[in-house]
Amino acid sequence: MSTTIEPPVDVHDRPRVTAQGFWQREGSDHAKRNLALIGVLLLLLIIGMFTRPDIFLSGSGLWQNEVVVLSQASSIGVITVGMTFVIIAGGIDLSVGAILALASVWCTTVATQSYGPAVMVFAALAVGALAGLVNGVLIAYGRLVAFIATLAMMVSARGLAQNISQSHTQITNDPFIRSLASDKILGVPYIVLIFLVVTALGWVLLNRTTFGRRTVAIGGNPEASRLAGINVRLQTMLLYVLSGLCCGIAAIMVVSQTWSGSNTNGEGYELSAIAAAIIGGTLLTGGRGTIVGSLLGVLIFSQITNLFIVNGLPLDIQRVINGGIIVVAVLVQQFRVGSFPFLKRTAAK
Amino acid sequence: MSDMSRRRLLLGGAALGAGALLAGCTSNDTKDSEPQTNTKAGNAASEAPGKPVTIGFSAPAADHGWIGAITANAKAQAAKFSDVTLKAVDAGKDAPAQIAALETLIASKPDAIVLLPQDGAQLTTVGKKAMDAGIIVINLDREFSDAAASFCLIKGDNYGMGVAAGHYVGEKLKGKTDAVIGEIPGIDDLQLTKDRSKGFADTLKGYGLSVKHRVAAGFTVQSGQAAAANLLQAAPKLDAVWNHDDDQGVGVLAAIQQAGRKEFFLVGGAGSRDAMDHIKSGDTVLTATVTYPPSMASSAIILARLAAQGKGMGDLVELQVPKMIVLQSETITKDNVDKYLPLGFKS
Repeated sequence: MSTTIEPPVDVHDRPRVTAQGFWQREGSDHAKRNLALIGVLLLLLIIGMFTRPDIFLSGSGLWQNEVVVLSQASSIGVITVGMTFVIIAGGIDLSVGAILALASVWCTTVATQSYGPAVMVFAALAVGALAGLVNGVLIAYGRLVAFIATLAMMVSARGLAQNISQSHTQITNDPFIRSLASDKILGVPYIVLIFLVVTALGWVLLNRTTFGRRTVAIGGNPEASRLAGINVRLQTMLLYVLSGLCCGIAAIMVVSQTWSGSNTNGEGYELSAIAAAIIGGTLLTGGRGTIVGSLLGVLIFSQITNLFIVNGLPLDIQRVINGGIIVVAVLVQQFRVGSFPFLKRTAAK
Repeated sequence: MSDMSRRRLLLGGAALGAGALLAGCTSNDTKDSEPQTNTKAGNAASEAPGKPVTIGFSAPAADHGWIGAITANAKAQAAKFSDVTLKAVDAGKDAPAQIAALETLIASKPDAIVLLPQDGAQLTTVGKKAMDAGIIVINLDREFSDAAASFCLIKGDNYGMGVAAGHYVGEKLKGKTDAVIGEIPGIDDLQLTKDRSKGFADTLKGYGLSVKHRVAAGFTVQSGQAAAANLLQAAPKLDAVWNHDDDQGVGVLAAIQQAGRKEFFLVGGAGSRDAMDHIKSGDTVLTATVTYPPSMASSAIILARLAAQGKGMGDLVELQVPKMIVLQSETITKDNVDKYLPLGFKS
């Protein structure tokens, strides 16, 4: 429906002068949206300052609280980075939560733990990437619809996780794994640093490499990309491997946070990651999206949860608000790409 | 060309090696494989072999430790009797799936059925149907809406769990009316959660105390970690926290340790082996847990066998098993933990 490729009529309608204000320039669209999201985040902090001044108005209190918000956002944040790539390329990955669960279980079995933390980390990453590879091969070469292939993976990966763990919580006492969530550099836990590094790498990969340009291209128009010489299938497959790898990284984070691997880990992550990417401005139809936007989307959801809990409010209302935010964000997004012709006409005058 | 093939060989070898390593990593066998089930043996009156009976068993799919222990206990206890054949059917994901599974089970005419329903009210009609077909139904833990749908009910005491936790916290904080108490329940929509919280609040009231911070988790380690991490932010200083469930408690303890907090004491719920180990060693803020024992599944199998053979409970006067058994919620502390260790279930 709505892609970045404008109908030809619009091109003539719209004045193409570049000497416009920042807010009217087409290229600053992402920047505008991200500024709006930062505004929402600030608004949430201001609400915090009024409702819990003892936390949000004291320097150390605010710092500690935001470290918790970031820690809670870290695993879902890493997954959202992978999800953003997949969605920009016009796909979807419903299996992220289940792959996380499988990787977390696989890396905490008695056998894996006996090899030490290096193998635990390797197992999580390899299981994530392999599960992603299966998704990718099925979608790119088996021509399965992404929704169906990853839905199947979502069901079976969680089943396998349940089978391996026998539904037990597999506790790990490994000091290195545990230290990832509890030890800090300059007051910032390692997992938050990993989250920020992954986000930065994701940004570079999307904006500064041919891999990133290809991703956007096949999301915008796969046929044109193919004609332009892009190996669309290979690219599609690699994107799901990337998403799976992100699930593996997130699995290590969750294991270090909870000291355990469990088949219940990552429940509902697929929808949280999609929601965060969408309010960050990623088009569900592909062709457009930013890592920074997705990052802000994740932080907004994490901050809202935190705000509700520190104020002792029931979490059911929070779900309603989360739903509302998604709707508003998408409405704004549609407005941007011009789904309201009557508005555009008045703007052109 | 040869360079290319060598690279392929190396890559292929590495992939194979990694694959073999991964495949070897799924094992969960421990050397000291102590059985993690609670069974009862050596009770002469009830154990003397009687007429052979077939017992059907249905419980929700094990997605966490407590439910897993329920099924494991039932199977282990049945295996202890030479005259019992256990027919376990998978209960599926929801009440309709369990109803369908039970219809098949009823058609095969077992002597008794031990049933832990997905939802007590929704499974009531099936319980009735089985009773009408002459099958003895032992209702396990989640109560039917009609007592006629079961021959006997054995369940834990959710309200009592809250009472036990309330007394433990109350005794420790007696007279400290400004004490800050936190509570981390499981899934908030469930009746059992409401009962537990009510028991806790009612008992605390007797001590002039009340719950100040309450954040619901979801019975999973991850939800426990998230709830506790945010709760600790909401309350810069705490005196006591009751966590309803030891399964999610693994995550709760992790969050407390990550926040570096130790000014309060934590009370658990259910009675997992992991929680008992922490209570025994005293290495964390967890000082007590109140039980909701999955050993009730073993007892339910014993009851089903007795009822199907027309016997009563040996130490009681009556000739039939009782209509209803509600288990005590016991408080496990460092003083009595050794006695309870064998009953701890693997979370």
